[in-house]
Amino acid sequence: MANEVCFSTLHLDKSWALSTYQAAGGYAVWKRILKNKTSPDDIISELKTSALRGRGGAGFPTGLKWSFMPRNTPGQKYIVCNSDEGEPGTCKDRDILRYNPHALIEGMAIAGYTIGASIGYNYMRGEFYEPYDRFETALEEAYKAGILGKNIFKSGVDFDLHSHIGAGAYICGEETALLESLEGKKGLPRFKPPFPASYGLFGRPTTINNTETLASVPYILANGGKWFLELGRPNNGGSKLFSVSGHVNKPGNYEVPLGTPFAELLEMAGGVWKGKELKAVIPGGSSTPVLPAKIAMEMDMDYDSIAKAGSMLGAGSVIIMDETTCMVKTLGRLAYFYYDESCGQCTPCREGTGWLSRVVNRIEIGKGQQQDLDLLLDVAGKIGGRTICGLGDAAAMPVMSFLNHYRDEFQFHVDHKRCMV
Amino acid sequence: MRTTKLEKKPVEVVNNSDLMLISKQSYAAIDKWIAKYHPENRQAAVIPALHIVQEENGGHLTIALMDELALYLNMPTIAVYEVASFYSMFEHKPIGKHKVSICTNISCMLRGSEEIVEHLKKKFAINLGETTTDGKFTVKEVECLGACVGAPMCLIGREYHEYLTPEKIDAILEKLE
Ligand SMILES: Cc1cc2nc3c(=O)[nH]c(=O)nc-3n(C[C@H](O)[C@H](O)[C@H](O)COP(=O)(O)O)c2cc1C
Ligand code: FES
Repeated sequence: MANEVCFSTLHLDKSWALSTYQAAGGYAVWKRILKNKTSPDDIISELKTSALRGRGGAGFPTGLKWSFMPRNTPGQKYIVCNSDEGEPGTCKDRDILRYNPHALIEGMAIAGYTIGASIGYNYMRGEFYEPYDRFETALEEAYKAGILGKNIFKSGVDFDLHSHIGAGAYICGEETALLESLEGKKGLPRFKPPFPASYGLFGRPTTINNTETLASVPYILANGGKWFLELGRPNNGGSKLFSVSGHVNKPGNYEVPLGTPFAELLEMAGGVWKGKELKAVIPGGSSTPVLPAKIAMEMDMDYDSIAKAGSMLGAGSVIIMDETTCMVKTLGRLAYFYYDESCGQCTPCREGTGWLSRVVNRIEIGKGQQQDLDLLLDVAGKIGGRTICGLGDAAAMPVMSFLNHYRDEFQFHVDHKRCMV
Repeated sequence: MRTTKLEKKPVEVVNNSDLMLISKQSYAAIDKWIAKYHPENRQAAVIPALHIVQEENGGHLTIALMDELALYLNMPTIAVYEVASFYSMFEHKPIGKHKVSICTNISCMLRGSEEIVEHLKKKFAINLGETTTDGKFTVKEVECLGACVGAPMCLIGREYHEYLTPEKIDAILEKLE
């Protein structure tokens, strides 16, 4: 089965319109919650049953995250949606914004109600002009229909939702950098603790979730946590959007149940292009460790199975590489990316990512020396775990995994000053 | 909690005569953004405002424009410069009429973004980051734009163009005035 949650209306004409969303049962949950004054605890418990885990990369259980919001703190609280989508290989949130914006709006309204936040912001990356326009139009429709605003459907509940835009910075996908950016500053990640649930946007308690996480919420509450859980596997509830890119015949976003065998997903994407052999797979976006074909072909696409295979599900961004791919060059491009995007706050990351990028590059162009291979591992090892945010780890992990599985290719570049593929 | 947080000043009413470079229409658009935040948090509008100001100025920012915006948003000028230099979509030198931002990150690279880059370099006889002599195009290399399944891709103006080939990008550029 496919397309059962965020993509369940994808096949409909103008799937992004309010009328389409409502005809498919949209906003019924929001109305029911407002009418029955459903207790936030019940909503959280349903989410816990569903085993929904954060779709932004870290996979943190959503019900648990919502339960961390302080109940008795007076004053403004916020719900923030992370639509900054910038992890290389990831492009699913863009399609939710373009094709199902109302599910996100409903999910954010429900989240706001549950955690006691009367204001929400959806932070979209600056380059997302088309998704932004779609989302803005959907917001207008929702306000006009009285779905958002003050005293919604005479329930006494207020919820205002606004778009916000970035301007090109991968680091703003990190949740505390995103908050800084939303406040009108450079996107420098904050020290944690305090966590956003106690000190978030403008210093107020805040919950931040990914677009896909929030857009899944209405479907979970409409069909029940158990339904969602059973789409996937224990501890890995639901289906998930996988962005399959790279060397496949039909690159695309595929929504399939968690636990779907990788081989099946690859087949949905038309298999490896040009009749070539599969060489390697990055299963969750550029920050997650690369896996050789042999391991990938035996793995299932859920958080726990991918972890067992030695990588991470991340944001579900599956990058496929065929037998002609030079792993040194590929790592070089990723290393450059992290160097380019490091915010520069922490010395190990600011300096280390530069070293990684320069050393991989010199190996690629045939100027590498024998000791460079160990130097890479040494530098990567000194970044991981020593930085304020996860970008440092994200930069180190590809280096370690590429060298772990493809050291012979790096060695060949050093020995022969050229590529073996 | 960071200790360098700027102290919040009360909102001052700015003198209209100080605001000259940014048009009334742009200020009206900026005001719509400001209305989304608590009056104390006017600064939150700075990124959207910089986009608006940059677009009105034909694609790049100037110190004078940023100074005027700082006044309007009640921010120290340095805080506006910091933001404007941190984010890659803001330009600080004049650019061509059309900015062609090509993604060369992993998924696009695997599907031939290098070929597109080489094609454009040759076609326009420029390097990445440069502008054609007629001032029509600036070609810029960018990181992943979140459209990896449409690789290789680029952003021109407000539009994404996916599944690029040299012929396809020629046809797209041809249509631009
Ligand atoms: C460097 C870095 C970049 C990130 N980029 C994104 C992103 O683009 N989108 C996203 O949702 N989460 C991103 N995250 C994860 C967020 O910090 C956060 O965990 C997530 O938005 C929480 O939402 P979730 O629990 O619903 O997944 C990033 C994290 C790091 C360290
Ligand atoms: S890698 Fe080019 S859009 Fe993501």
